[in-house]
Formats: sequence, C-alpha cells, structure tokens
Amino acid sequence: MPDYAWPDPQHRTLIGTRVTRVDSPVKVSGQAKYTYDVHRPGMLYGKVLRCPYAHAKVVSIDTSAAEKMLGVKAVHIVQGPGANIHWAGDDIVAVAAVDEPTAEDAIRAIKVKFQQLPHLVSDAEPPKGSAQEEGPLSVDAIDDMLDNQVPANQMVSTIQRDGLVKKASEDELKMLKADGASDAVLEAIRSATIHPEASSKPPSNYQKAAAQTVGDPDKALAEAEVVSEGLYGIPVITHCCLESHGSISEWIDQEHLFTHISTQNVSGIPGQLAEPLKIPATNIRVHQDHIGGGFGSKFSPDRWGVFTAEVSKKAGGKPVRIMLERDTELKVAGARPSAYARVKVAAKKDGTVVAWQSNSWGTGGPGGGGMPPIPYVFNIPNQRQEHTAIRNNIGPARAWRAPNHPQAAVLTMCALDDLAAKLNLDPVEFFGKNLNLTKQREHTYREELGIASELMGWKQKWHPRGEGASDGMARGVGVSFHTWGGRGHASDCDLTIHPDGSVDLKMGTQDLGTGTRTCILMVAADTLGIPMDAIQLQIGDTTYPPSGGSGGSTTIGGVSSSTRRAAVDARDALFAKVAPALNVQPDQLECVNGKVSVKGDSSRSFSWKEACSKLGAMPLTIRGKNPDRSKALDLTNSGVGGVQMAEVEVDADTGVVKVKKMVAVQDCGLVIDLKTAESQCYGALIMGISYALFEEKVMDSATGRMLNADMQFYRLAGLNDIPELVVHMMTGQGYDERGVIGLGEPPVISPGAAISNAVANAIGVRVPFLPLTPDRVLTALEQKVGA
Amino acid sequence: MHEDDENPKIPNDNSESSGVSRRDFLKISGISVAVPLVAGPKMVMAAGQEVPVYGPGKVPMEFAINGKDYKANLEPRVTLLDALRDQFELTGAKRVCDRAECGACTVLVDNKTVYSCSVLAIEAQHKPITTVESLMQDGKLHPVQAAFVENDASQCGFCTPGFVVSCKAFLDKHPHPTPEVIRRGLSGNLCRCGTYDGIRKAIAQVAQKGA
Repeated sequence: MPDYAWPDPQHRTLIGTRVTRVDSPVKVSGQAKYTYDVHRPGMLYGKVLRCPYAHAKVVSIDTSAAEKMLGVKAVHIVQGPGANIHWAGDDIVAVAAVDEPTAEDAIRAIKVKFQQLPHLVSDAEPPKGSAQEEGPLSVDAIDDMLDNQVPANQMVSTIQRDGLVKKASEDELKMLKADGASDAVLEAIRSATIHPEASSKPPSNYQKAAAQTVGDPDKALAEAEVVSEGLYGIPVITHCCLESHGSISEWIDQEHLFTHISTQNVSGIPGQLAEPLKIPATNIRVHQDHIGGGFGSKFSPDRWGVFTAEVSKKAGGKPVRIMLERDTELKVAGARPSAYARVKVAAKKDGTVVAWQSNSWGTGGPGGGGMPPIPYVFNIPNQRQEHTAIRNNIGPARAWRAPNHPQAAVLTMCALDDLAAKLNLDPVEFFGKNLNLTKQREHTYREELGIASELMGWKQKWHPRGEGASDGMARGVGVSFHTWGGRGHASDCDLTIHPDGSVDLKMGTQDLGTGTRTCILMVAADTLGIPMDAIQLQIGDTTYPPSGGSGGSTTIGGVSSSTRRAAVDARDALFAKVAPALNVQPDQLECVNGKVSVKGDSSRSFSWKEACSKLGAMPLTIRGKNPDRSKALDLTNSGVGGVQMAEVEVDADTGVVKVKKMVAVQDCGLVIDLKTAESQCYGALIMGISYALFEEKVMDSATGRMLNADMQFYRLAGLNDIPELVVHMMTGQGYDERGVIGLGEPPVISPGAAISNAVANAIGVRVPFLPLTPDRVLTALEQKVGA
Repeated sequence: MHEDDENPKIPNDNSESSGVSRRDFLKISGISVAVPLVAGPKMVMAAGQEVPVYGPGKVPMEFAINGKDYKANLEPRVTLLDALRDQFELTGAKRVCDRAECGACTVLVDNKTVYSCSVLAIEAQHKPITTVESLMQDGKLHPVQAAFVENDASQCGFCTPGFVVSCKAFLDKHPHPTPEVIRRGLSGNLCRCGTYDGIRKAIAQVAQKGA
C-alpha cells in the first residue's frame, strides 16, 4: 500500500510555504484569456431580448423584421407565446449577427406583446396570517421549479415530503421531461402521495416551514434570568462577477459541440448540456483558461448557455458569443437569498445561554428558499425556529460563497451580542463562556478568540455600549464566529513522466483565482522533488480527467489529494525502474532537489533526467483518483472554525460607518500555499465589508424591476473603503495533521455580523439590517434618543 | 455594418477630434438631416459652422496603439474598448460595467487614463493609445506588474489589467504617494475578489523602490 500521507514538516519543501501565484504574470500583463476574450474565427455576436416585467405571460412575438436585416444570421425564440415569465430580465428571443451593433439593432426590431400579471418583489415581514403551511404540489408548481432551476435532489425531497394534489398524467410527465425533469424527479412524481383535498386552496407567496424544536424553549425562556429580543436581517445581494456569465459555442459538425464558457464547473458542463441539446455528453467539449469570478453563481450552463448552442446551430454551426450585459448580470445571474428574524434569546445572569426562539423569513426569489442554520455555531440547549419562505418575482437565487452561513451569522451573532450587552458583559468574555456550545470546535475557537483579541487590541478598544463617542465620532468593536465543511471533492488527474524527464499533469478543474494552479504544482513538485516550473499543468478542459465543480470549498482538498496520490504512485513507479541501476530496493530511494538518490547516501544518485531515462521508450502515466466518500478521510478533512473582529468608526452626524480594522483568524487544516490562503482571507474580509456597508439588490415594488442594476448604485467596496486588515492562519500541530480543508467560504461568513456588532458597540444601539447605510444608522440613533 | 459594405473613401480630417462637441451634437440631432446609408462625413450647418457628421455606416479609422498603426472600418457608435477587443484582439482591457463605473477597461490616451468603454473609437483616432499589453518590455514585467505579482494583487484577475494601467499612470504622476493619496487616487477601479490589500502593498513597494 503506497504511503500517500502528507510529508511531515521536516520533509516538506514547498507545502506550507509562501509561494507566489503561478498565473499572476499572465494576469498582470493582460495575456490571460477569459471566456469573454475568446475570439473564434467567423464568430457571431449574440444579443437577447428580455422581458421587462416581473411577472407576465408572452402573448405574441414578431421576429420578421429582425430576420430580414442584413447581417443577422439567426433568430431564436427562447420562451414563446404562452410562456409564463417570473422575473424581469428573463430571456425571450436571442439573435446572432455579424457584429454587436447589428445584433442590438435586430433586438430592437423584434416586437413582443406581454400580458402583465401581478407581481411581488418585496421580502418584508409576511403579513400576519398570510403564511400557508407547505402543502401538496401541483404539476404547474413542479414545472415552475424546473423553470427556476431548483436542483433535482431538492425537487425530489420536496415532492416526497409534500406529495401532489393529483396524480400526474402521462402527457404531463412528458411535458415535465421536455422541460428538463430528471428521471429521479419523474420517479418521485410517479410515486408521490396524492392529496386531492388540497387542490382547492389558492397558492400563497408565503410558505411556512415546519417549526423545529429542541428541548423546552418555552420553559427555558419563562425561567431565564435575562431575555433579549431583537430584529435582525441581511438583504438580497448579487454576485456581481466582473466577468459576466456567458459562452461561445460552435458546432464542429451536426453532432459535436465545442463551447468556451465562464464556469466553476468545467467537467460538469457537458452532462448538463447533453439533454437539452439532445447529443451525448461525450460529444461536447468545454474549455476555459481563466474565469473572472463565480462566487457560487457559475455551476450550470444556464438557459443562455443552452440557447447559445441552439443559436449557433441555426447559424450553420458558426461560433456564437453571448455574454450577459452588466445590468442583466445583476438582475438575473445570481443573488444571495435574504434572511430576517425576530429573535428571543435568553441566559442566566452569569452569561450562560439557555434558550433561543426565532421567527425568520426571507426570499430566494421564485423558489422561496430555506431557513439559514440558526442558531449558528452555538448549539443552544433549548430552541425553536419557525421560518416562512417568500416566493416572489425578484429573479432566481444562487449559491453565494458559503450559502446561508453569512445570513445565519448575522441573525445569531448579532442576537447573542445584544444579549451580552443586556448582561453588561464584554462579548469576548460572554462568547468565551459559551464556547462549550460549539462542541467539537471548542478548542479551536478558544485558541482563535485569544489570538484575535490580541491582534485587534480588544481589551484596550472594547467599552460598554455607546461609551465610545468623542467629538461626534463613535468607535466600537465587534466579534463573530463561523464554521464550514470543506472536504475535498472527486478530482481525477493524469500525471505523466516522460523519458526525457519532462512532466505533465492534466486535470479537468478550474482556477477561480483561489490559487488552484499554484497549489497543484506545489504538491506535485514537493512530491517529485523537482521545481514547480519543471511540471506542465493543464486544466480547464473536458479532454482532461474529470474534476469536481469549485463549490463549497471542496476544490483544494480534492485537487491536492488526487495530485498527491498520482505523484506518489508515479514516483514509486519511477523508483522501481531506477532501483536496479543503483543496486537498492525501490523503497530505499527518495527524490529531492531534482535528484533520485539513495536515502542517507546522496552520493549514489541520478539526476531527475537520468532517472527518467530508465523508463525506456514509453512515458509513464498515472491516474490520480480520490477515494469515494464512503471511505475514511485521509488527505483531506471537513470542518473548520474561524473568529473575526471588526473595529469601526461611526459619524453620529452623517451616519457614515467606516471600518477601521479587521482581524481574521482562520483554520483550514494543512495549508498548501500560505500566500494565496492569506489572500483568500483578505479578499473575504473585503467582500464582507462590501456587503456589510453597501450591497443590496434594491427592487422597485411598482415596476417589479431592480433599481440599481449597474456598478454605480450597486456599490462594491473600493480601495478607499479598506482599512488595516490582519489575517492569521492557524497552522502547525493540531491543525496540519487534519489534512487539507477548503478555505473559499469560511472567511466571508463573519464580516457582516462582526461589523454590525462593532457599530452597535460604537453607537449603543442595534442597526437591525445590513447594509449599514447612513440612513439606517441615523434611524437607529433617532429611535435610541426617542426610547 | 455588414460584411459586404463598401469601404468608404472619405479621408479623415486628422483633426484632434471630429470637431463636434456633445452640445453641438445635441443641436445637430435636433436638425432634420437625411443621413444616407453610406459612410463618411456629411457636412451640415450647426451652431453657425459647418461640421462633419459620420455614419451611421462604417467609417475607415486609424489608430496608434502601443506604437503601432491599426486600421479598421467601424461604425461611429463603436467604443474604443470594443474596437481594441473585437477588432485588434487586445483583450487586456475588460468589458465589465460598460459605462465608466468600474475601471476594468482603463487604457491611456494621450498618456491620460480613460475608461475606454466610454470613449468612442472614432474620437481616439491618431492619439497615442497605450494598453496593458505594452507595459511588458522584452519579456520583462513593468515594475508595477512585478509588484502586483509579488504582493499577490490579483485573484480572478479580471480587474487586474485595468488596475495595473491605473497604478502605472498614478505612480508616474505621484511617484511618492502617501497612503491617503493612494486610497483616493485609485478609487476609480473596482475589484470583486477583494485584492485591494495586495494592490495597496504593491503600490507602496513600487513607490519606495521607485518605478
């Protein structure tokens, strides 16, 4: 059995050090090619006519004028007469033309009649009595789920749980299949329980989830010495990837598609395109060199990815490029669900938390959305949660870095921080006292809390609420805790050692800017004892072994593990070929510093090149493959903890919040590249400042449209908003031996809660909802004075 | 507009611009002129003087980009950014907001930073244009680029070329900036991954070493 275990610290040459990102030079020089930059021979430019209404039915479409225009090569109706449209900006007709201006003119020449229907774009607290128990589903409701791209496994569990109002006919099943229902979904429909009595109820926008109760929250709240009640919330925000979603598709022949697509999921795209395009997945090649941001919004080809291929087919197979315009990107291509809650949380006088009760609501657009995992991190002994999902017309939700966790952190950590204030306790002391409720992470959090407090200078900076004002400027500090899984995904790779000593490694993964390329090369080079630049790494193509999508912080654990396995096996196979020439057993060899030598006797060695020449005429290729999820964890692991602190300054006259300093203390098991790992944390803090202070998808209730679908009014944090940032990675004993764990999600979870808590500490009152805009801060201050 | 359009033969007047200010253009728009579907300027009287009106068809244009001459037939409504990217394959400048909000398309025209998404190609003719592609000399990164690499100032990298050009121009103008000047001077570019910390360190490093 080969020994794949990570080398111990004395035997690591690269792993755990600070290595400069290998693809930086092509990025800083403008040579890196993103999907948006790809220019294929004879490429046509696509544009899309979109529905201006939040809820409407397509009545008629007249494309005749557009089809006659010179330079227009294809016109394709995406959603024709009769289609129900559930959000403004949804795709109706796509065209392809010889250049963009012509395509734009063609779009203007198309006439579409819509019948407007009533819409809801608000996610305000559900009116009393409006929420309906989640009940049996209609075929229409299932079709809506398909339209809204609800994942198949979620659909299956919903159908199994809720049942159907009536049995689906074979025609209906056929229609659902044509609309993209998977076999598992169709099977769930066939075997669903039927509830005929439910069909008479009109559908509601408000769906109540079953209440969850642990322990006896009523008794615990009634007997508690201190109870704090509050309202907290975090709005819908967008992903705002700088490279918008889109693809360039072309048909090699009638049966073979080649697509360049901006995706977090290179290997997973063909399987999703195959069914709608009615060709086998093996006939679809996907390629991507670089991606300009995904953050959870780019796992699927999306409907526009499908119709880009269809438009290409209509244009004789010519390459067609459809990249979303910025406003569309913000309207339809990604949103993080909102979450709001009225929370009651109780403790003993000494600060021991005893009970939690929450009534939460939020929206993920037409699909409604689930309840964030509250109370978060702290497993409070008595708890009850009730949640209402609002199904509305703001557009579909997507996974956004650490799905549901930033929301859970705000609802939980802000409520607990208010309880600490009511108890007159320093939050660090209060949270520290309750760390036993974090169960197996207790030790990690305790260590991190101590380090974070030191790095922030918490003791000097913390003061009881509202006592931090001088000269109209109020200063305060806040803290938050977070957790995430991050176990590595399946990620096959082929590592080849050639007889001339050159090495290549092929893997169907993608580098989102997280340092994936760099880390793969570090692991391979560390294992083979050769420099990183002696290995040619190829990623981003479906002709390479399949690797999982980059979601849920699963990439680093996946790619590092399979690379390690392939490199260890290749090294051992090389040793077997070299050993006879050095008169030793293969297990007496090692490869270090570009040499294959006898352990403990470096005088008996071959250079790497000489050693590889012993392979003979044929290269040696090893497939690296991670064990499936039923096997014990070895090189990767799951479960991390992080603590973050924020220091803010609030101008009591203007309500402007400035973040002055942020501290992130984070564990993620064995760190491969300390440099890019720290960058992930810096970036997460900055993204966190952005959503804490500025970001919100603002919907207009009258028109049902997004009011700020641009980058002026959908404001991202700029360089001027970024304070001193301190990042501390937990490494060494107690952490390294856990194996490699993902880092993409964890550090972006806590900033909103930490900053909100710092503002409450500064001004002495809670600003209930993010973003902490001046108007909200001033409103909270006025209410404090009025109270 | 179409592949088979005839090439217009009207030479450009080589002036600094088309000579039409935005104000004049608005006045012209108000004048009812039947613009033929052939390219080249039509002379119209506006604001008391004769001014050329181009388009709406394609017009031959000439550019001086990174010290080289480029030619293309483009509609007057095409932006400098789209000309660079779609005609000349200079894709370092990125199209992100397409309305002068994010800075990802930053290039130098006449040695000044501009948002190339909001400059018409026709207006940028015959002026020296510098894009990120020219900063590397003989395979060697510009000091600003090298500092970006060393300080890990890019993640996905989509905003990076715009930032690099902005930083170069900024440091040319402010060789020894204070942190405050850096914060203000570079607030015209936006990043989504959150690379500002690395960018800040990169600029400070170049400022200290001297570019």
